[in-house]
This record gives sequence, C-alpha cells and structure tokens, in this order.
Amino acid sequence: MAKFTLPVNSIVKKGKTYTDLNKSENMLTVEVYRYNPDTKSNPYTDTYLLNKENFGPMALDVLIYIKSKIDPTLTFRRSCREGICGSCSMNINGTNNLACITDISDEKKLKINPLPHMPVIKDLVPDLNNFYAQYKSIKPWLINDNKPEREHIQSQEDRSKLDGLVECVLCACCSTSCPSYWWNSDKYLGPATLMHAYKWIIDSRDTAKEERLSGLADKFKLFRCHTIMNCTKTCPKNLNPARAISEIKKMLVKA
Amino acid sequence: MDLIKHEHDVLVVGAGGSGLRASMGLSQSDLSVACISKVFPTRSHTVAAQGGISGALGNMGEDDWRWHMYDTVKGSDWLGDQDSIEYMCKNAVESIIELEHFGVPFSRTEEGKIYQRPFGGMTTEYGKGIAQRTCAAADRTGHAILHTLYTQSLKNDVDFYIEYFVIDLLFEEGKCVGVLAWCLEDGKVHLFQSHMVILATGGYGRAYLSSTSAHTCTGDGNGMILRANLPLQDMEFIQFHPTGIYGAGCLITEGARGEGGYLTNSEGERFMPKYAPNAKDLASRDVVSRAIQMEVNAGRGVGSDKDHAHLHLEHLDPEVINEKLPGIAETAHIFAGVDVTKDPIPVIPTVHYNMGGTPTNYNTEVLDSENNVVQGLMAVGEGACVSVHGANRLGSNSLLDLVVFGRSAANRAIEVLKDKPENHIDISASTIDKILSRFNSIKNASGDINPSEIRDSMQRTMQRYAPVYRDQETMDKGIEIMKGLYNDFSNIKLSDSSLIWNTDLAETLELNNLLYQSLATLYSASARTESRGSHARDDYPERDDNNWLKHSLVSIDENGEAKYAYRNVQLDTLTDEMETVALKARTY
Ligand SMILES: Cc1cc2nc3c(=O)[nH]c(=O)nc-3n(C[C@H](O)[C@H](O)[C@H](O)COP(=O)(O)OP(=O)(O)OC[C@H]3O[C@@H](n4cnc5c(N)ncnc54)[C@H](O)[C@@H]3O)c2cc1C
Ligand code: SF4
Ligand code: SF4
Ligand code: FES
Repeated sequence: MAKFTLPVNSIVKKGKTYTDLNKSENMLTVEVYRYNPDTKSNPYTDTYLLNKENFGPMALDVLIYIKSKIDPTLTFRRSCREGICGSCSMNINGTNNLACITDISDEKKLKINPLPHMPVIKDLVPDLNNFYAQYKSIKPWLINDNKPEREHIQSQEDRSKLDGLVECVLCACCSTSCPSYWWNSDKYLGPATLMHAYKWIIDSRDTAKEERLSGLADKFKLFRCHTIMNCTKTCPKNLNPARAISEIKKMLVKA
Repeated sequence: MDLIKHEHDVLVVGAGGSGLRASMGLSQSDLSVACISKVFPTRSHTVAAQGGISGALGNMGEDDWRWHMYDTVKGSDWLGDQDSIEYMCKNAVESIIELEHFGVPFSRTEEGKIYQRPFGGMTTEYGKGIAQRTCAAADRTGHAILHTLYTQSLKNDVDFYIEYFVIDLLFEEGKCVGVLAWCLEDGKVHLFQSHMVILATGGYGRAYLSSTSAHTCTGDGNGMILRANLPLQDMEFIQFHPTGIYGAGCLITEGARGEGGYLTNSEGERFMPKYAPNAKDLASRDVVSRAIQMEVNAGRGVGSDKDHAHLHLEHLDPEVINEKLPGIAETAHIFAGVDVTKDPIPVIPTVHYNMGGTPTNYNTEVLDSENNVVQGLMAVGEGACVSVHGANRLGSNSLLDLVVFGRSAANRAIEVLKDKPENHIDISASTIDKILSRFNSIKNASGDINPSEIRDSMQRTMQRYAPVYRDQETMDKGIEIMKGLYNDFSNIKLSDSSLIWNTDLAETLELNNLLYQSLATLYSASARTESRGSHARDDYPERDDNNWLKHSLVSIDENGEAKYAYRNVQLDTLTDEMETVALKARTY
C-alpha cells in the first residue's frame, strides 16, 4: 500500500478564545481559520464570542472589528466594502462569498475559512496566482484589428448579450467551489476564466471567435466541467458561469 | 536588511485607471516599465466608479468640447487651470473612442453608438441646455474601464509587481531616482531604480469616517510627497457627494438623478428647485450637498434623527432601472434594505473626492513650491492636482482625467527619456537608511497606543472639523487635535511582528500617510478665508477673487507645522481654439 503523509498544514488545531467584555443578548460566535507563514506550524481556529451591537451587519464588519479591537494580526484582503472589487472572497459558513456583502445579522455562528483548496499565504489570504495566470491564458482582451475612426457600432441587442458576464469581479468564489477545479486546477481553466472566454466569443465586436473556440477544445481546459453547478450557486454577483460553459460546449459540438 | 534590486526606465506606482493607462502606453514604447501596486489591479478603487466618463461625443444631441470646457471651468469655481482643462476636454473624444476600441462594454444608443447620460453641471451652449455627455457602461463604468485597461496591460505584457507596498520615494540631489517597496508575499524590501517615477496612487477619502472610498484609498503618494518636503496643492477642496447611502456611506451615482431621480425633505418637498432653479437636482455636487445640509439645518431632514434626505427612483420605468441602474438597485437593496422601485433611498452628503493633491503642470510633471519641475517625478489621477477640477469636480470628469492624463504622462515620459542616461544614478546608503529606519521603527513600534485608535480619532476629527460648512474656530480646533494625533503616532504599538502579509503594518503606514494629508487639509482650509466650490465657510460666505484666485500649496515640517506658498491659477488657455472662460458669479 502506498504510504502517504498529510502535508503539515492540513490538520487544523484549536486556537485561542476571546470573549467581548460588553456582553449582550445578541451574541455571535465566530470561528476563524488562522495560519502563520513564519512558524509554518499547523493552522488553527481562533474563536471569538462577540457582541453584535459592536459592529455592522456584514461579515467584513466582524473581521474588521476583530482586527482593530482584538487581534491586529488577523489577516485578510479587503478594499471597496461594497462588493465590486472582489478582494474579500472567502468561505463563510460553508459557502464562498464576498465578506463585505454577506449579511450576518440573523446568524448566531460564523465559521470563516479561506477559499477552499487554494494554497494559503496567511490566515484568510489565498495565493491566486494560478487563477490569474489562467485568466491571462485565454487572451481576455478584445481582438479586432479594425480601428474605425469612431466607436465600433454594436446594437443594443448585441450589447445585452454581455449582461450577466461583464459584471464578474474576478473573486474566484466560483472556481474554488468547483470540485473539478479542486482536483485539476493545473489543467482545467475553471468557471470564471471560461465565462470570460465565452464573453469574448459572443462579443459582436470580437473577430477571433474560431481561434478562441479551438483554443478551448481540449479535454482538460473545458471538458472537465461536469455541470455540477456549484459555481453558479455560489457566485456573489448572481452570475451564471455554468450556463456560459454549457454554451461553449454547444458551440463546439456544432462546429 | 538585504534589498532586492530592480532597474527600470519608468516606474508607475498604482494600477488604478490612471496608472494602468500610463503603464499601457509606456509598454508600447522601447522603455522598460514596471507597474507597482499594493492591490491586484482590478481591486483598485477605479473599479467602483459608477456613473460614467464625460466627453463631447455628441451621440445623443449636439455637443462641443468647448461647452464641456466652459462647464468644467465653471464647475471648478474658476480655480481650475484653463490650459489643463482645455487639454482634457479637447482630448476626451479620442480617449473615449480608444477605450471602446480596447473593448470597454459601453451601453448603446439605438444606432449602436456609445450611450451618454446627463450629469450634474454638464450643459450645452455655455449653460443654456442640459447636455448628455457622460458615457456609461450601465452604472458600472469604472469596473468596465478598469477591467478593460487591465486586459490591455496583459496584452502588452506590462511588468507588474502586485501586492507590493511602496514605502517612499528616493531622491538624490533633488531628482527622484526610484522607490523602496515592501513585497507583502515574500516580506522583503525591494529597491527599484528608475529614471522616472509616475505616482498614480489615488485619493485619501479614508481620512474621514464616512466616505464613499475604499479602505485602500489612503493617498499614499501624497504622503510620500510631504515626507520629501514637497508641497501638496488645494487640499482644502474635498468633494462631498450629495448621495451617499445614509449609514453605510456607499455611493448612489449622480447618474440616478441623470436618469430622472430627485431629492425630497421630510415634508416631501422637492427642494432642489429652490437652490438651483435651472439645473435643479442636476446642479453641481457642492451645490446639491449644501442644499441637503441647509434642509437638515432647517429641521427638514428625514429619519428619526432628521439628519438626511430621500432620493426617489420609484417613479422611473422599471426597465430604466434594470438597464441603466442595476448596480445601484443592488447596492441600495444590500446596504439600505430598500427596493428602489417602491421606496426612496436614504442619502446624506458623503466625502467622495479629493480635488487637491500633488501639483503638476499640464504635462503631469510634479512641481515644487517655486513652480519648478521636480526631475524624475510625475503624478496622475485623483492623487494629482493638474488642476482640472479646481475647487469642485464635475461628476464623470475624473475617469476622463485618468485616461487623458494617464496617456499623456506616458507620452511625456517617452519624450523626456529620449536621451536617457545610460546608467542609473547611484543611490547613497544614507538615503536608503533614512527610509528603512522609519519603516523599521514603525514595524517594531512598542508604545501604548493601538494604531486603530488613532485612525478612529483622526477620522472623527476630520468628519467634525472639516465638514461641508466650515468656520475659523472649528478648523483651528481641528488643527490642534490633529497635531496631537500626529504626535501620538510616535507612541504606537504594533502587534504583528512578521513581514509576510503584515496588514497591521500596511495599515499603519497608510495611517501615517493619512495623518500627513489630514493636517495638510486642515491647514489649507483654515488659511483660505473665502468660500469657493466645495470649500464653504460660514464666516466668509463669498468668493474673494481679489485675494484668493490662487492655488494653495502646503508642506509640513518635522514638527507637523505648516509651510504655506501660493501659485497663480492658469487663466490662459493652451491654444487660441478657445478663449479664457471669464470670471463671473456661479449659479445653476
Ligand atoms: C464610489 C465612487 C464612484 C465614482 N464614480 C465616478 C464616476 O462615475 N465618474 C468619474 O469620473 N469618477 C468617479 N469617481 C471618482 C474616480 O473613480 C476616482 O477618482 C478614480 O478612480 C481614481 O483613480 P486613480 O487611478 O487615481 O486611483 P485608484 O483607482 O484609487 O488606484 C490607486 C492605485 O494606487 C495603488 N497604490 C496606492 N498606494 C500605494 C502604495 N503605497 N504602494 C503601491 N501601490 C499603491 C493602489 O493599489 C491602486 O492600484 C468615483 C469614485 C468613487 C469613490
Ligand atoms: S458547472 Fe462546471 S464549472 Fe461549475 S462547478 Fe460544476 S463542474 Fe465546476
Ligand atoms: S463569475 Fe462570479 S464567482 Fe466567479 S469570479 Fe466572477 S464574480 Fe466571482
Ligand atoms: S471589499 Fe471589495 S468586494 Fe468585498
């Protein structure tokens, strides 16, 4: 039998517990994944019993409260605090989401982990370099050598086909919820990148449709998608990458 | 400490709209360019811009860049430099067409052209009609532009250094020769040498408690400028956007009023016609923000504390909301719990934009207090003050500023570096040590105050002592408090001792930059004894062109004291295609 050892940081230990001093009726238990790259020892979970009256209604408000009042070492990405920059993606109570638009007012307990199956740099900060490289690999820019004096003409109807695609914030919630991506993220492009590929394929201004399609006709890059739909269920911007992928598959069958 | 060394011809610090546009332009030249950013490019705050980008394309009715220029000068309350404004408005059409060619998914007219909406202060025929000049991609224009510019940078293989925090600029004999940056991922300090640095680090909205800006809007480049003993310009001019969501501070674009939305007070009265009989709800931002404040002061605010106003969209066709304002419908739902097709949105004037910043000429070259060009240093974007916005920016002129001057910065750098020196200037150990010792002393700080306490007090102080309406007493009090906080900074303690992704340290470096800029803001504001644009004083309610038709420059010495200087407003236009817009009273 093959012998295997678990990587050092795969067992999550229990960490510290902290309780807010001004307790109330309205308490929230928050468990947060912690990993310190300096010690490289096992990750652990810190627990906080917090008075909800101390912070705003979103999961990001909770993290910022912990960071500024309790433990300044807690590390996570954030910027816009309104769901548009895509920085604060993480796993909250089992679902990938943007912390800044995850309303926790009705929750009694929060479990916050980094995006699943990604290398963790520190606490809730995953390494997204592979995700970004895959995005670049599909040439996510408009290909059209024709440069008219004014704008390209695009009908309202053609433009409306891009609705539900262009709003993507590259948060990676979808890709990191996809089992196919978990096991093959080196080769399978994942839902976010594929949705962008689809967006350019159907943009009436783009002239590289064939080239884009043939670039995807690969048993790994595209066809690892088994229509499990996790991606669409989890997308915090209510987009539908699974549909985009199935549209590409249809186009390839026709071609 | 071991430094990791890099050499490039040009460094662009910042990957927002202005930084990316500059980087892209440079990457198409023979120069080697690096773009350094503390956040991944598409996380920069440009992504949050909603309403649109202005330019006299004339897709929805006759338009002329001269009308746009007139509006911009008037909007600036005549403090904008007319050479820069001419340059911007004249180059708007070309810059926007270029964005479309890059792939920006603009909304479309029936003929398939770029869709344009009305915006505050944008008129036709020098104030006579209402212009449709603001090019929009639904209400997510910044997102569309930033993502597109990022893809163009990928196409052009821009050398990115992402999640690198620039600590300070390096100077040798008055010339900027590079930067020191800390890489969050490897925890090391990197030395970047260059012939030219272009600062594109954005605004400092987070000096205030309630602001439409992102957490990362800390104006770091302006902090670096002050630490280099250079001045910042027109820091007293801070734009309050009339419609930030009450409580959360998130923005509801002016485009909402452009599409037909309007404001009411607690009596259900549409009050804007009282203050701006012609433009009404589409008057310039400073005017609308003051109107809301006046209504609140007169006891006609809405809500249990009677301290805000209502913005109505319920009367609009749901199709319009769906197509033109889907993002704000979502934001209002998430942050105010309001269904905009049924109920009004609670709004309040909220800090939104910094007209002031690093002074530059219209070529984007940084200027010192004597109006000399600082060698090796340029600045663009919200952090710069070219000055096209003067005392008050018109909505949708900032995105334009980013792309027009981002592009011209690249061209100017290429021109200046035509005969670039073969070697980089040696950087002395003492120059580097000075910056490293500040960095290390903050990192190892073991005093008694948590930096987040200072941040909180600073934000509350700005909110209270540099508000929409100001007077001498409040501002002078603000200066005293802020100086105290500035001094408290030497007694902070940090908790995270790591160098890898130490956001405790990053936020503290940002806080230090914010403290410098808050001081500069309060100093300039208390010195300017007139009301102009966004700087509204109870004790000096009139504009005073005899004494104050000039830019304020302020630098800060080691003890936190101000040094003032002034610079003339550039009233001459760039070419004879447009005459100077003559001074007159500003009404809407
Ligand atoms: C909510 C909102 C809506 C808006 N809507 C509109 C609109 O509709 N139309 C319009 O014209 N304007 C609008 N504006 C204004 C406009 O969006 C901003 O002024 C503009 O985007 C600023 O762009 P920038 O390139 O200067 O900087 P930013 O986009 O803020 O980017 C700053 C860059 O600098 C980098 N940086 C900063 N400090 C450091 C450091 N120390 N080290 C390394 N990198 C650093 C950051 O990582 C980032 O990449 C809006 C603003 C807000 C807040
Ligand atoms: S539908 Fe495809 S991409 Fe989406 S989660 Fe399932 S397998 Fe992954
Ligand atoms: S499709 Fe949705 S979940 Fe996926 S990256 Fe884009 S915004 Fe995030
Ligand atoms: S902080 Fe920008 S999406 Fe959450």
